[in-house]
Amino acid sequence: MREHLNSQLETHNSKLKKMDAFLIILVGSLIAISCSILGCFLILRKMAMVGDAISHAVLPGIVIAFLISGSRDSVFMILGASVIGIFTTFLIEFFHKKAKLQTDAAIGVTFTWLFALGIILLSVFAGQIDLDQDCVLYGEIAYVPMDLWITKSGTNMGPQALYVSGFMLLVNIIFVRVGFKQLYLTTFDPAFAATIGISVTLWHYLLMGAVSMTTVASFDSVGAILVVALLVAPPATAYLLTDNFKKMLLISSGIGVVISITGYYLAVYLDGSIAGAVVTMAGVLFGLAFFFSPKEGLLLKKYQQRKEAAKLAQQL
Amino acid sequence: METFFEFFSFSDASIVSVTVGAILLTASSAVVGTFTFLKKKALVGDAVAHAVLPGICLAFILSGNKNPLILIIGAFITGWLSLIIIDGITKKSKIKEDSAIALILSVFFGIGILMLTYIQHSGNAAQTGLDSFLFGKAAALVGNDVITFGVVAVTLMLTVSLFFKELKLISFDSNFAKALGIPVKGIDLLLTTLTVLAVVTGIQAVGVILMAAMLITPAAAARFWTNDVKKMTILAAFLGAIAGLVGAYVSYAAPAMPTGPWIVLIISGIALFSFFFAPQKGVVSRMYEQRKMQHLMMNENLLKSLYHLGEKDDNLFKGRKMAEILSKRYFPKKKLKETLTRLKRQGFLISTQAGWSFTEIGKQKGQRVVKLHRLWELYLTKYMHIASDHVHEDAETIEHIITPEVEAELERILEFPTEDPHDEKIPY
Repeated sequence: MREHLNSQLETHNSKLKKMDAFLIILVGSLIAISCSILGCFLILRKMAMVGDAISHAVLPGIVIAFLISGSRDSVFMILGASVIGIFTTFLIEFFHKKAKLQTDAAIGVTFTWLFALGIILLSVFAGQIDLDQDCVLYGEIAYVPMDLWITKSGTNMGPQALYVSGFMLLVNIIFVRVGFKQLYLTTFDPAFAATIGISVTLWHYLLMGAVSMTTVASFDSVGAILVVALLVAPPATAYLLTDNFKKMLLISSGIGVVISITGYYLAVYLDGSIAGAVVTMAGVLFGLAFFFSPKEGLLLKKYQQRKEAAKLAQQL
Repeated sequence: METFFEFFSFSDASIVSVTVGAILLTASSAVVGTFTFLKKKALVGDAVAHAVLPGICLAFILSGNKNPLILIIGAFITGWLSLIIIDGITKKSKIKEDSAIALILSVFFGIGILMLTYIQHSGNAAQTGLDSFLFGKAAALVGNDVITFGVVAVTLMLTVSLFFKELKLISFDSNFAKALGIPVKGIDLLLTTLTVLAVVTGIQAVGVILMAAMLITPAAAARFWTNDVKKMTILAAFLGAIAGLVGAYVSYAAPAMPTGPWIVLIISGIALFSFFFAPQKGVVSRMYEQRKMQHLMMNENLLKSLYHLGEKDDNLFKGRKMAEILSKRYFPKKKLKETLTRLKRQGFLISTQAGWSFTEIGKQKGQRVVKLHRLWELYLTKYMHIASDHVHEDAETIEHIITPEVEAELERILEFPTEDPHDEKIPY
């Protein structure tokens, strides 16, 4: 009898584990797709490091919002963070244009300063905030299945992170869908965009706002620094695989899903951080594309070079 | 307060070693950072800083202990590797440098985090404290560690001073350096090595995440105070050292606090102050200069318009109402009023019943602007062969800038002409 119960418990546990794995991978994928979509615009605008800066700089905003609202999953917080993100972008431009500081230094000074402030706030208010340095660094995606949204009547609605990341993806898809023409034009030909009456500045700040909101929404799960990898690695990989922008968006989203799945199992295998493993996989995929891409791969280029050289040698 | 005095009396030997260590680390990275800053490669330092994490972890996994020398070697290898990969990606594919930096920075860091969590979960007792490399812990600098890191820091500073001229040259103009016969590739390699070493040592105090600030921020702050590279380097080192000192104090007074963020906050505070208030280069001083120039131009344009009006009805000292001035030239109303009162205060104009009119020096000043404008127009048509209907715009700007010396020179080469290309009289 007892053995029977035990085995039942075990199957139940393994089912739960599978469910947890599924939830973690799902949340990871949703976040990765959101980041990939925005990242495509970032890397083509040569603003990857601005994305990096924003993801660091929102930290003090998150801590302050946390102190005020007492929770980290409010819409208030996501909106507040987008303000800080835009403020960061503004600050970088201010230092660059008004103080004539070179762009790379303006970025470097701004985000390290804000991030340092965030970490200090975190240490000072350590007792009052349910956030710690580890979470800032690599998130707590492993706890996603435990942090449930339970309504007042007691109904279990599933993990909160699922709703936050799903909502964020929806917002990003709508944003890119509605503003596709504007974003596309301001990315590839800002001068032309300006002549047909599209405000380059407005769309610049809107994009930065979207990046900030996504960063904050992903913060719990993957942390400040690894979110940069999700913003940059899948789009950069896709960029090596296609010249078509729409395809690039689709491919990088696909890569987002693949790294979430493979990363999860790598983390389970090594018993390490899931976010770290997801990023590691993103790096692996980029490396593969870098060497073996049928369009841009290093090996292909080498091969073509050698063929050309052989042809030339024959002709001579 | 008590801890403050306790710390700054330096009575405890460990306080001295921690302080000396922290100051050496931050100052040496500031020195190296000056050159990466001048080469506009500031963010590369950020990438190296993040990329040393997997190296530290790997060195620990392989050796099983926290010997600083082994960790430094590990960090050095991955730090170097990250630079080579960034360079390779930028050169061999269509991916731009900023994307390559962001990619390598975050991916290396991700791998580092994966390794670090793997080590932490593996239950190796020696691993505790490994995570202090993330945000830095100056207080961990004791005994032999201080000697190891101190030696590296001093070597860094000595190397920079030895190769100062070469480093300076490649930072500004590597083609010129090449022409002078300086081995540019070798010096580049040296700078890269120095950067990696600076990062590897600096992380003990500041941590990998904020290490970039120690390379960039002191240099950026120092840049606002001087144009001399030598002075800039020394100033950057000094500012870095101040931040290092504070870091050591925080580490002593609040052991639970990571020191890195405090060091960065202090140096950033200094930098922000410099951005705003440095003489000549600061935002405030720039704005002041701009305003001064704007006032000067408004003054001169207004005096010029009054002179033009006087020329028209042959009465230079007649009072003019604002409407009359506006009929000659457009000014925003508020600006016009401001300028009129300013000119009155400065004694160039008086306001009478009939309106605003010149004083004697006001007339002279207006006359000079008109003269300069017309002289320049004549110069452009005569010597530059520019059509006479194209010269007005240019004269409009240059008339505010011409110095008395240039004025005399113009008069001399044009031989005191009487009329400009539009047949207007040039007043003397």
